[in-house]
Amino acid sequence: MLAYTIRRILLVIPTLLAVAVLVFFVLRVVPGDIVEIKLAAEGGIISAEEIQKEKERLGLDDPIMVQFYKYMIGLPRGDLGISLWTENNVSEEIMSRIGLSFELAILSTILAVLIAFPLGTISALYRGSILDYVIRIITIGGIAVPSFWFGMLLIMLILATFGNLPPLGTISIFDDPKTNLYQMIWPALSVGYRYSSVVARMLRSSILEVLSEDYIRTARAKGVFERIVIVKHGMRNALLPTVTVIGLEFAFLLGGLVVTESVFNLNGIGKLFVDSVVRNDLNLLQGLVLTVATGFVLVNLIIDLLYAALDPRIRYQK
Amino acid sequence: MSDLGVTKDDNIEKDVAKPSRRTLLDFIRQQPLGSLGIVLIITMMLAAIFAQHVAPFNPEDVDFEASPAFGGGAPSLAHPLGADAFGRDILSRLIYGARTALSIGFLSAFFGCSIGAIIGTSSAFFGGKVDLLVQRFIDLMLSFPIIVLAIIVIAVFPKSVVLGVDVNVIVAIAIPFIPKTARVIRSQALAVVTLPYVDAARTNGFSSMRIIFRHILPNVTAPFLILITAFIGQAILLEASLSYLGLGVVEPTPSWGLMLSGVNTDYYRTAPWMIIFPGLAVSIAVFSFNLFGDSLRDWLDPKLKL
Repeated sequence: MLAYTIRRILLVIPTLLAVAVLVFFVLRVVPGDIVEIKLAAEGGIISAEEIQKEKERLGLDDPIMVQFYKYMIGLPRGDLGISLWTENNVSEEIMSRIGLSFELAILSTILAVLIAFPLGTISALYRGSILDYVIRIITIGGIAVPSFWFGMLLIMLILATFGNLPPLGTISIFDDPKTNLYQMIWPALSVGYRYSSVVARMLRSSILEVLSEDYIRTARAKGVFERIVIVKHGMRNALLPTVTVIGLEFAFLLGGLVVTESVFNLNGIGKLFVDSVVRNDLNLLQGLVLTVATGFVLVNLIIDLLYAALDPRIRYQK
Repeated sequence: MSDLGVTKDDNIEKDVAKPSRRTLLDFIRQQPLGSLGIVLIITMMLAAIFAQHVAPFNPEDVDFEASPAFGGGAPSLAHPLGADAFGRDILSRLIYGARTALSIGFLSAFFGCSIGAIIGTSSAFFGGKVDLLVQRFIDLMLSFPIIVLAIIVIAVFPKSVVLGVDVNVIVAIAIPFIPKTARVIRSQALAVVTLPYVDAARTNGFSSMRIIFRHILPNVTAPFLILITAFIGQAILLEASLSYLGLGVVEPTPSWGLMLSGVNTDYYRTAPWMIIFPGLAVSIAVFSFNLFGDSLRDWLDPKLKL
């Protein structure tokens, strides 16, 4: 297990390095000029001289290899440069908002698991019944319904019930957990619906697959109680692929956050990501892409290690 | 000829005849949900093609008297699904929006899958270092959620509209599909590459291009078709999300995602129809393609893992 863990951890470094290099060069192809956009937003007529001066100040007139060098030596220290728009430190910009997104991600995962497990299990055990059909329609819907629209429907529901929409996410979970949770539950539900549908579908099909295995028949044949067959022999094995899906979806949650944070006007990294594209803020965009990639790689690492702990066969593979 | 021989021949004929009986009727009988999907898809396509004749209004006709801002716009006989903030008929905008959604959906899924399929088969055919390099690159691309990848592409490519179609949006949606298709098609092509006729083609001295396009690609058509249908639904969802964020198509092009963005959200309470119907349109479209795609997979290749 130790050798496997070390090998797996070492694999993280080249992956992240490749992402870092690729992101830098891909984003340098961007044709829009941040300096022009920024100065134009401030109004007035801009001369070529002013543009040049601003570029020098932001270090954008350096040759691309010099910029690349500065960027690469900054990385190990967590220095991602400054945002070209706000001129704040990129790492600080990201760190100040990542907490909110992380909380949202965790909350939606908990909601998704809480919803998906009963739905998936019932759907598989009562396969072909009306209950199964209802659950399947709900879960297919979760994949088809755009999460931002679902969020809008939730907002309409809140407005219809309470009459007003509080500014969400402004109260920290550490100051007032109850209010915070009460507010964050809505965006979490908006992201979590799709998430739970994916997990429930996976759980349903893997339970069905496991229950048709020979060892289940053996267990039944030797007279084990049906409840124990399902819980001990069935669920335990069906959980493996489900854990992977939960993890992968968690890593991909940023995709859902990008739109949901815009719907609920939450200042998380999803919204920051959209803003950075609209403003052509390369440094910020680059920092965010790296953050996303790091998050994905780390979650994957955790899934793999968890998987190896759950299933001994994996540890011994090459 | 012995009796035994005749029976054998009969059996062979039966086996050969089987696949040709997999007709449309067969599909409808075996896959009722998928057929429902097809019916919905064809309805949407007809509405999109004949939008001028079907839509009661011009989607860009502004009529402030019918705007919710002045107390109007509720669903009525004239405007069955209501009117938006500019008093434009929502039903007409949805019908024209189907054009945007379907054209972008089809084109991006087709280009994304085609390029992905070529990369996947080439990777399987050449094997060795080429395969390893391509696979690592695909791993890298797969580590981003598709919408994040699409937004990065939007940031890199300048806005360009050709013949009223947003090329940069199509490219942005197509690129995230490439690695996914390449991965699935490669695994299918790996089995084909080892077949004797590929060796035969090599021995005949055919070029790699010819072997890939004439001998391997036609044999991965089933997963290719399944992937395209699955991705059209995702592409429609992605187009709606991008347009909603203001990164996709722009006004005055009628787009379902665009109808949910911007000022429209000021009308949550006074004009809920402005929010409900466009979202419903996206959901039904994605739902039908998912149903059809799922059934197509069950029908053509039940073991395929997407």
